[in-house]
Amino acid sequence: MTAKKIGIAMLFIVGAGVAYAETPSSLIAGYTAEAARATPGFTPSAERGQGLFARKWGVSQTMPSCATCHSDQPTAEGKHVVTSKRIAPLSPAANPERFASSAKVEKWFRRNCQEVVGRECSAAEKADFIQFVSKGGRV
Amino acid sequence: MKTFIAILLIAISSSALADGHKLAVPGNPKWQTECGSCHMAYPPQLLTAENWRQMMKGLDRHFGANATLDAKENAEILAFLERYAARDQKYSANTLRISDTAWFQRKHREVSNSAWSHAKVKSRANCTACHVTAERGDWSEHSIRMPDGRRWE
Repeated sequence: MTAKKIGIAMLFIVGAGVAYAETPSSLIAGYTAEAARATPGFTPSAERGQGLFARKWGVSQTMPSCATCHSDQPTAEGKHVVTSKRIAPLSPAANPERFASSAKVEKWFRRNCQEVVGRECSAAEKADFIQFVSKGGRV
Repeated sequence: MKTFIAILLIAISSSALADGHKLAVPGNPKWQTECGSCHMAYPPQLLTAENWRQMMKGLDRHFGANATLDAKENAEILAFLERYAARDQKYSANTLRISDTAWFQRKHREVSNSAWSHAKVKSRANCTACHVTAERGDWSEHSIRMPDGRRWE
């Protein structure tokens, strides 16, 4: 193996590590920084996050709100409204696997915001949302 | 001894033909994670390769939900599905619903309407409501528990 190949292999190892290196706080910090570029002085709010979580958006008939599948309490288990499959709690306070990978978080925001909200969510909304669920659903 | 071996061979081949065993596939972590978040990861053998290709093309409207993947993951998972896909048309459905295939319909012909509409079942997508060990790859009739708790007989 040449030095170049070793270097590339190491990049992959480091890269794979980075994908799972996030915490709820680091994700909130990242989205907050992004939101602050558009809105200087932006600070995340669990209260606004709760609003996003509970709001019936009126876009999807079957999935009107986040709470439809994730239950009213982010610390509780949810249930997929169509398939009835159990959904592990959304709150990292109850489920440490949550908000640990930015790729996974981005994937689910992309899918579920389009589904429920009818558009992509903004960085500010994502920061508020994670702030809310990581406090165990308290504001 | 010859008789014993013959019986053994028959036993092995007949159990290998039972559906419960036929559905075993080598695990694929990507398929498991991506296809198994909103419903159980349905075995690739339950639809044809053509059905799976159609399915993976339309993940933005996947039975009414957005289930999009990035292009690389989509291609990797499709390759896995195609590799183990069914060849027989009895496993094909224009709707791309496994529950609309001739095979599924025949297998479930004795299931009553009340079992299908039971609160614990609700959807034909909810295999594990009765096939309680299906996520471990065990689909045998012996392992079925109907929503009222009874075995399937």
